[in-house]
Amino acid sequence: MQAESTNLLRPKITKALDKLSSKTVIKNTIYMASIIIFFALILLPPILGIIIKWGSIEDVLNQPKLMSEAFNAIAASFAVAFFVSFIDVVAGVPMAWMITRGKSKWLNVLDTLSDIPFIVPTATLGYSLLLFWNEPGGLSSLFGGSFVSPGWLLVILLHFAFSFPVVVRVMVGALLDYKLEYEQAARTLGAAPLTADRTVTFPILKHSLIASFTLAFARSLSETGATMMVAGVFVHGPIFINKHIGEAGPLVFVSAILIILSSLVFVTIRLLGPRLKMPVRKVWPKAERKLSSSTIASSRNGITLLVFFVIVLVPSLFVAVPAFEAIFTGVLPEALGGVGVWGDYWQSISLSYFVGIVVTLLNVVIGLPMAIIIARRKIGNGPSAVLDVLVNIPIIVPSVALGASLAIFWENFAFMPDIWLLIFAHLSITYPYFIRSMSAAAERISMELEEAGRTLGAKPLGVFRTIIFPLTKYSMLSGAIMVFTRSVSETGATLVVSNLVTAPVLLVNWVENGVSTSTLGLGCGFLILFSFIILLVLRLVVKGRGAY
Amino acid sequence: MPDVRLVNVTKRYGKIVAVDGVNVHIYDKEYFSLLGPSGCGKTTLLRLIAGLIEPDEGEIYIGDRFVNDVPPEDRDIGFVFQTFALFPHMNSWDNVTYGPRVKGFDMKKAETIGHEVLEMVRLHERLDAYPNELSGGMMQRIAVARALAAGSKLLLLDEPLGQLDAKVRNELRYEIRRMTKDLELTAIHVTHDQAEAMAISDRIAVIKKGKILQVGTPKELYMTPKSVFIAHFIGESNFLEGYISNLSRTGATIELRGGIKVQAGLPKNLEKVDRVVLAIRPETFVIEKGIKETKNSILGIVERITFEGTNIRYEIRLRNEDSVVVVRPSLVEEWLKVGEKVTLSFSPEKTHVFAYPEAGLREELAVE
Repeated sequence: MQAESTNLLRPKITKALDKLSSKTVIKNTIYMASIIIFFALILLPPILGIIIKWGSIEDVLNQPKLMSEAFNAIAASFAVAFFVSFIDVVAGVPMAWMITRGKSKWLNVLDTLSDIPFIVPTATLGYSLLLFWNEPGGLSSLFGGSFVSPGWLLVILLHFAFSFPVVVRVMVGALLDYKLEYEQAARTLGAAPLTADRTVTFPILKHSLIASFTLAFARSLSETGATMMVAGVFVHGPIFINKHIGEAGPLVFVSAILIILSSLVFVTIRLLGPRLKMPVRKVWPKAERKLSSSTIASSRNGITLLVFFVIVLVPSLFVAVPAFEAIFTGVLPEALGGVGVWGDYWQSISLSYFVGIVVTLLNVVIGLPMAIIIARRKIGNGPSAVLDVLVNIPIIVPSVALGASLAIFWENFAFMPDIWLLIFAHLSITYPYFIRSMSAAAERISMELEEAGRTLGAKPLGVFRTIIFPLTKYSMLSGAIMVFTRSVSETGATLVVSNLVTAPVLLVNWVENGVSTSTLGLGCGFLILFSFIILLVLRLVVKGRGAY
Repeated sequence: MPDVRLVNVTKRYGKIVAVDGVNVHIYDKEYFSLLGPSGCGKTTLLRLIAGLIEPDEGEIYIGDRFVNDVPPEDRDIGFVFQTFALFPHMNSWDNVTYGPRVKGFDMKKAETIGHEVLEMVRLHERLDAYPNELSGGMMQRIAVARALAAGSKLLLLDEPLGQLDAKVRNELRYEIRRMTKDLELTAIHVTHDQAEAMAISDRIAVIKKGKILQVGTPKELYMTPKSVFIAHFIGESNFLEGYISNLSRTGATIELRGGIKVQAGLPKNLEKVDRVVLAIRPETFVIEKGIKETKNSILGIVERITFEGTNIRYEIRLRNEDSVVVVRPSLVEEWLKVGEKVTLSFSPEKTHVFAYPEAGLREELAVE
């Protein structure tokens, strides 16, 4: 009886909401609310946090040694980010190419494997790489001593591992959307495969190449937690901020410069990128024909696979080795029973997933209207384009700097509980992922479909429910999962913004406190296992290669 | 010399046989059309010739060269895509000279070719324009110019006029034919538009479900179709079901529904089969007002009249309840009126008699 009345009630509620959505006042209120929330909770707090403590910059300016250290750290950040993004694109594009153009059934598996470093929490990833490259149990056992000691080289290897999947994901999507006829036309006109790719395919995919470089760059620039594990004496921006976490001066100085410089880099890329001509127009038919041979192509694929397995995948999963050991040494029962350090571990895992879920839900609620505003230019072309640029800013600010400035801002609101600070920080960091994924999906839907819905009598909310949502639900889900995994793996901002201990923070503490390898391995192993389950769910629900 | 030979060529996509054991010889300097309904495999066949896909079975020869394993860039072809596939980041000039450049011609030669083909398609003044600044017709002409500039003697055109409006389409089809003839090229043109194929082709291959049903000149296909489907797909035909009641050396007497007996031509592919389909072109009928004692005639009533400009089209219900379409020149004869009684007569030698299709007439005529 109750179910029946619920069923009767539902269409009535839907109808009422549909009707409400056609009222301009309601529509504008929703759009305005999402814009206000974006500015009030996501964009302005970190910026205002820095402005509030702007005066403390003098502490650095008055200490030439500290200032010089700060500049060196900033320079190191940009050097690592530029270098890593460059090699990411060089190695990631052939991988994406192989995934989309190859005919083997195994390429689906390769596609899935390429996502693993992306969803493994970076702190875990850092530890895993440390074990693989440096510890005696890893690759070092083959060469004696420490193969790669903590320092700049290990930082580069780490950044390459976690930003590589970003490039592959973006390029797989771009190649799947690419109209193959352009390349075929070039081939029928006499161009060798390499010539066709170089003169036709890559210039057409220029935006995606730039986007993949930009995302890898941002990811490298902002990463803190995992870098701390492998940096040794190497200091870059986020590590410098973390070293001086109690002092406002260095924090504001480095954060401000990183934000300004990275914003400048991104605006420059955004402005100049579309005008960038692919550098070499000249064609060398004979040489390029030779370089297009199947032998060369096979060698390229072989090297790509080798790089992926040796530098990305195996180091990322290496942490699982001590986890296996832990299973046979009694650590597992301790872990499952929550004995000793494991009590805190499960608490931190619960906190991580709780924050992840709340942040994901908040992103969906406040991000959807914003994604529609950007995709459909709801507030006019100019303002919508400005919003499109602004939503990217949180992704380019180093997470530790973002956390620090948020902490400065929110400490003025003493009533704010720690957990909310954590949620707001994660919201700032993850917001661009959801917006990017959702607005891109909405942009792909032809306006005509929406108009068809309206001419058939659907109200705006009805159009969203019945047309936009069904067509974008996989992108929405992908965006939500990216938000969730990013939140769960976040370390840098979490360390600074609150005293709460999430799983990645706990793992960093374990490393610093010298907890046994098997305990650490198992702790990381659990996180990877959960990430695997999330990835599996993502694959089952999203279906299809490169769908997100 | 680029004649093209396909020997027993088959291409499968999973369980679907897109091209099924095709054998055809396209002669040098011939304008040849692959005609068929959507999804019949004609584009697949063209892409097999271009090397964009590989056959599962069979042999493809361009000239004397066996090209199954030859990549598209080495087949020396020009290909015009249905969507034009003009490179969006290049202007008209760069698009057109792309072929000569990637083939390693010296720049002077490439430029000469570029100017020549742009003159030929009358778009020299738009050489700086990017594809998004050109109309559909202009894009199509640039696409043809680009394919011609590659210097190949074999031009493959995949529904090149499909995206254009009717007026531009009609103009460009003759222009393309003229250019290929002037340059002495072999052209293979894919289309689903029988009027287009009839207007421009030296010969046409009609394809259905991956198989070539008939190859011939437009006149041969129209005048002597080998199957009910060809009679239906090339031009227009009325199909009347009946039985052979008498067969002589010169023709057959066919009993239609309602016991109406008519004289028709000699049956095609008919062995010990008496159930037949009689095909009569709409323009074959002589139509007279009232009931006349005319040889080989059927009585009927005008049910609908459609004015088509050049022609007037009558839908006539025969006295056995079958319907036929009759087309007459609109400006030559006096128009009939709806409900008017008429006598239709026709010459037996202008009819075609086919065995009744095993799958049924409706299934045989289906184009999807």
